[in-house]
Amino acid sequence: MGSWEKRILKSLNSMCTELSIPLARKRPVGEQKELLNKWNEMGTDEPDLSLFRPVYAPKDFLEVLINLRNPNYESGDSLSFRTHLGLIQVPLKVKDIPELKEFFVELGLTTGQLGIDDSTQVPPELFENEHVRIGQKVLTEQDSAAAQQYIRQGSPTALRAELWALILNISSHPEDILYYEQLKTNVIQHDLLVDSLIYKDVKLTASNDDYYFVFEDYLYQVLLCFSRDTSVLSHFAYNSASPPKSYIRGKLGLEEYAVFYPPNGVIPFHGFSMYVAPLCFLYHEPSKLYQIFREMYVRFFFRLHSISSHPSGIVSLCLLFETLLQTYLPQLFYHLREIGAQPLRISFKWMVRAFSGYLATDQLLLLWDRILGYNSLEILAVLAAAVFAFRAVNLMEVTSLAAAEAVLADLSTLKVMPLLQIFLFATVT
Amino acid sequence: MNYPHTCCLPIPTDPAVQLKLHQDLPSGCSFQTPVTLQEIMFKNYYTAFLTIRVRQHTSTHTPAKWVTCLRDYCLMPDPHSEEGAQEYVSLFKHQMLCDMAQVLELRLILRQPSPLWLSFTVEELQIFQQGPKSPSMTFPKWLSHPVPCEQPTPLLEGLPDPSRVSSEVQQMWALTEMIRASHTSTRIGRFDVDGCYDLNLLSYT
Repeated sequence: MGSWEKRILKSLNSMCTELSIPLARKRPVGEQKELLNKWNEMGTDEPDLSLFRPVYAPKDFLEVLINLRNPNYESGDSLSFRTHLGLIQVPLKVKDIPELKEFFVELGLTTGQLGIDDSTQVPPELFENEHVRIGQKVLTEQDSAAAQQYIRQGSPTALRAELWALILNISSHPEDILYYEQLKTNVIQHDLLVDSLIYKDVKLTASNDDYYFVFEDYLYQVLLCFSRDTSVLSHFAYNSASPPKSYIRGKLGLEEYAVFYPPNGVIPFHGFSMYVAPLCFLYHEPSKLYQIFREMYVRFFFRLHSISSHPSGIVSLCLLFETLLQTYLPQLFYHLREIGAQPLRISFKWMVRAFSGYLATDQLLLLWDRILGYNSLEILAVLAAAVFAFRAVNLMEVTSLAAAEAVLADLSTLKVMPLLQIFLFATVT
Repeated sequence: MNYPHTCCLPIPTDPAVQLKLHQDLPSGCSFQTPVTLQEIMFKNYYTAFLTIRVRQHTSTHTPAKWVTCLRDYCLMPDPHSEEGAQEYVSLFKHQMLCDMAQVLELRLILRQPSPLWLSFTVEELQIFQQGPKSPSMTFPKWLSHPVPCEQPTPLLEGLPDPSRVSSEVQQMWALTEMIRASHTSTRIGRFDVDGCYDLNLLSYT
């Protein structure tokens, strides 16, 4: 088991012993009834969470990634043509701008985009009307592959919920609703230590966010059920991480009594609830919201907090970001490095959260359209580099990491599609 | 810069390899009797290109010559980066440039032009020879020449038409098969053991 994973387990175990709270506890009947009554308004609860701390935050994870080394890699003291000037020292292959232009060809200057060509100055007959018409046709045909191709140019707001469901192959059969209800029953019956972590995370992040605080109750309903969902375990077949394991008390070492903890094998970290929050704008029925989130997690989000060499894994995204910056904004990169403000230290948190909570929600959804359309998270690294490019002039004038952070603190006014388009297709290289 | 790197390969001890090695050499292996090779399997460790040469048995008394059967096969698309560096690789007879029959000796030549790696090799090398061919079967005559339909016996009084019954039974059978096939794989997964989820601390192994 990797040392990072061990650290997480140790942290959880010590929280358990220090606070004298069991990892899992069967609720007494009275408590079960109470929770059932309060199910739709768990946000009104104010449990004492002061003693709980998140198991880890993105910046802890970044330190681990910075220290990843290949023992076979010749990293001598002398500078060579491949010295990594950024923080990531693992030589993974990442795309350069010509390859990205080919990969993201539909974002080019001559192709219509939602997020650009639907602005108020552009007459809708030029692009928007036709694009909406095609979207409706795709939905009528229920063609998942066509939907994925279509959404590369963005999804009309009215069609987005259905299009995402079509691409993710989510349809609400009665058995899916039944499955969600069963998970809810599991939540009612057993109280888990990770539940407190979830509560704390929601209270610290989504509840404090102007856009998402209204969805607080939905977030509990999704995340508590998510922790009990054993079907999520199947994603570990293609995830390099492994789910934490334990044994029923008194049966240590007996394999028939080995269980995973939490049941879905995923320990939430600080900011985890932000993966769910934007989806609340699209889906209001809890079991549908739940299914969409679960599918988004096992397809995409898990890659943002596990260590692997996958092109959409967080390590590759970090390296892609640093390489793009170094290659196409060398002066800016060098300047920031000199003042002790390695760019990745600022952009890491954006990428780990897929920009949730940093961008305005309409912009975030346009970005996540493209994640679905291209089935890749690389766009997060490209956007991060594009943001730096956009604020390059201001950044060249700062003289400290704190000042650089301040320049990049507020992304809520940014329009993502023009930024991406300019960075990929309109920057003189 | 290319420099061929010959290295010691571990002798495969896995019982799946049925070849008796005459001796192991620093850069390959030799066989006691000429064999026909089917497949070569290994785990790569930072080798960029692989060349394989074989020495085949010749019926005449001319000395056997070394023949290249795989030339600069690319294992790592970019020698400077990780892609392909630790992949499991299988090479088959049909990928080779020459016939892999009557092989006496095998030599692997590994190349890694990038100066970034401290060492490179291949591991867990396994070599498989061609298995015996399955004997061709002659089919019984009645399989290829089905008997023509017999005349149905005349209907007995009061009984339903057997062909109608048979088609209805078939329909019912098809329905049950359909229901069985559409049985959803969604399971309500239990995470507890007999209703109990009272746990020890998480284990580190």
